[in-house]
Amino acid sequence: MAINQALTGEPNGFNRMSASKWGSLPIGRWLLMTVVIGWFAVLILVPTVALARQAFAAGLAPLGRAMASDEFLRAFGMTIGITLVAVVVNTIFGVCFALVLVRQRFWCKTLADGLVDLPFAISPVVTGLMLVVLYGPDGWIGRYLEAGGFKVVYALPGMILATLFVTLPFVVRGVVPVLQEFGVDQVEAAYILGAGRWVTFWRVTLPSIRWGLAYSVLLLIARSLGEFGAVMVVSGNLLGHTQTATLYVHDGIEGFRPEGAYAASLLLAAVSFFMLIGMGTLRKRVKTSKQT
Amino acid sequence: MARVETKRGGGDTGLPDLALRGMTLGYLGWMVVLPIVALGYQALAAGPQAFLDAVLDPQAIHALKLTVVTALVMVVINVVMGTATAWVLVRYEFPGKRVMNALIDLPFAVPTVVTGLMLVLLYGPSSVLGTILGQYGFSVIYAQPGIVLALLFVSYPFAIRSVQPVLLELDRAEEEAAATMGASGWLTFWRVTLPTLVPAIITGAGLSFGRALGEFGSVILVAGNQPMKTKTTPLYVFGEIESGNKQGAMAVSLVLLALSLGVLIFLNLYQRRWSPEDGH
Repeated sequence: MAINQALTGEPNGFNRMSASKWGSLPIGRWLLMTVVIGWFAVLILVPTVALARQAFAAGLAPLGRAMASDEFLRAFGMTIGITLVAVVVNTIFGVCFALVLVRQRFWCKTLADGLVDLPFAISPVVTGLMLVVLYGPDGWIGRYLEAGGFKVVYALPGMILATLFVTLPFVVRGVVPVLQEFGVDQVEAAYILGAGRWVTFWRVTLPSIRWGLAYSVLLLIARSLGEFGAVMVVSGNLLGHTQTATLYVHDGIEGFRPEGAYAASLLLAAVSFFMLIGMGTLRKRVKTSKQT
Repeated sequence: MARVETKRGGGDTGLPDLALRGMTLGYLGWMVVLPIVALGYQALAAGPQAFLDAVLDPQAIHALKLTVVTALVMVVINVVMGTATAWVLVRYEFPGKRVMNALIDLPFAVPTVVTGLMLVLLYGPSSVLGTILGQYGFSVIYAQPGIVLALLFVSYPFAIRSVQPVLLELDRAEEEAAATMGASGWLTFWRVTLPTLVPAIITGAGLSFGRALGEFGSVILVAGNQPMKTKTTPLYVFGEIESGNKQGAMAVSLVLLALSLGVLIFLNLYQRRWSPEDGH
C-alpha cells in the first residue's frame, strides 16, 4: 500500500550505504546539501520557531493564564476524551480486521482491503459533510435518532464519529504487514499444543505484533489530536460546549483572542514533537523484532 | 485439532472466524461505505439538473481550478525537493542528519491548523518577513503563494518517504559501472539512477496531490476567505455548509470525492504494476 509505505517509511537504515566522508565533498555535493538543508529549515524549522517565539513573546505569565483558563482546559479535555474513544474502538477494530485480512480468504477481500484506505484520501470537510448528511435531522439514520431524542450532529457523538472515521485505517495498515511477516507457524504450534483461540491470541499473536501495533496507535493518536476539518463541520463549532483543542486554536485566531491560540498551538506542537520521538524509537523496535 | 486444518486451508473457516469477519466488515460498511453512499444519493436526489447547476456555479469552478493548479504547482516543487532531500539523507553524511531525518515527519504529526498558524505568524502582514515581502509588493498570506506554501509543508514527508526506501535498497553496482565507463556523476544520475526511482517518485507525487486536493486546516488560515481568489474547493464546501446551501456543498463534495478516489485507485493500480515482487 502506497500510503502505508509513506507512513512507515524506512528512515533509520541510511548508514548502511557507504556514504561519502564528511569533508571530502566536491562542490556540487556541497551545493545540493546546502540547498536541501536550507529548504528543510525554511519549510519546517523556521515556521516552528516562529510559533514558539510568538507564544513566548509576552512572557510566561500570559501563556500560563491562557493555559489555565476554563475554556482551554475544557477544549483539551474534550480532545483527550475523543482520542481515548478513537484509540480503544479503532485498535480493537484494526487488530480484528488485520487478522481477518491476513488469515482468512473471502470473495470481497481486495475490495475490503481497498476500502480501509478511503479515509486517508477523503477531504476532512467532505467527511464532516457526509456525517451531517447521514446523521443530520433529515438523514437516513439521523431522523430516527433525533426522533428518539439523541443528537449526533452538532454534538459530541458526531465529533467522535468524525474522529473514528479519519483514524480508521491506521491500526489496520500498521498491523497487516507485521502479521504477514509473522506467519501462522507459531499460531498452529499453539493450537496443536492445545491452546484455545483466546489464549493463542493473547500469548502468541499479540506479543509478536506489539511494536507495530504501538507504532500505529501513536500515529492514530497524532491524527486524532490534530483532526480539525471534519470535527469543525460536524460540531457546528458552538463556543465552549463542543470545542476541541484545534477548534479552540481556530476560534482564537478568528475571534481575536490570539494568546489562547498561541498557547494551545504550542502545546499541540510540543506533544506532536514528543510523539515523533516515540515513533522513531518504536520504528527501530519494529525493525529489530523483524530481524530476530 | 481440526481447527489447525481449517486454518491452513484458509478457505472454510470456523464460526468465530466468520463472526470476526462479519463484525469487522459490518463496521467498515457502516463507518466508511454508508456515509459515502448517503452523500452520493443525497447529492443526486434533486435531479441531474440541480447537481450540474451546483457544480457549474462560477465560484465552484474557480475553486476547483484553484485547487488543482495549486496542487500541481506544489507537486512539481515537492517532487524536485523531496527527491533531493531523500538523496541527501541516503547518500551523504553530515552532522545533524539523524535529527533532520526524524523531523521530516513533523508535518504528519503537527495539527494542520497549527501549521496554518505557524505560516501566518511567519509570513503574515504583521510579521517581519511579511512586511519586507510586502514592501516589494509580494504577499504570501491571504494570497495564492500562501496556499502553495501550506500544501508544501503538509506533503513534504510524502515525497521523501516514498523515494527514500527505494534509494536505500538500490544496487549501486550499475552506478559504479556507469562511472567506470566514464559517465559523469550527473549523467549517471540522469540515465541510471533516476529511471529506477521514477515509480517511487510518481507514488510520492500521487500521495502529495491527493493530500493537497482535500487539505483544509492549514489552508483555511493562510488563504483568508476571498471567493474567486483564494477559495479552494474544501473551503468552498465549508462556506456553502455554513451559509446553508447544502445542495451546493454536497454536489461539489461529490466531485472532490470522485477526484480523491481517482487518485487513490490510480495509485493502487500503479503500485500493483510496479510492486517489487513483480520484478519490474
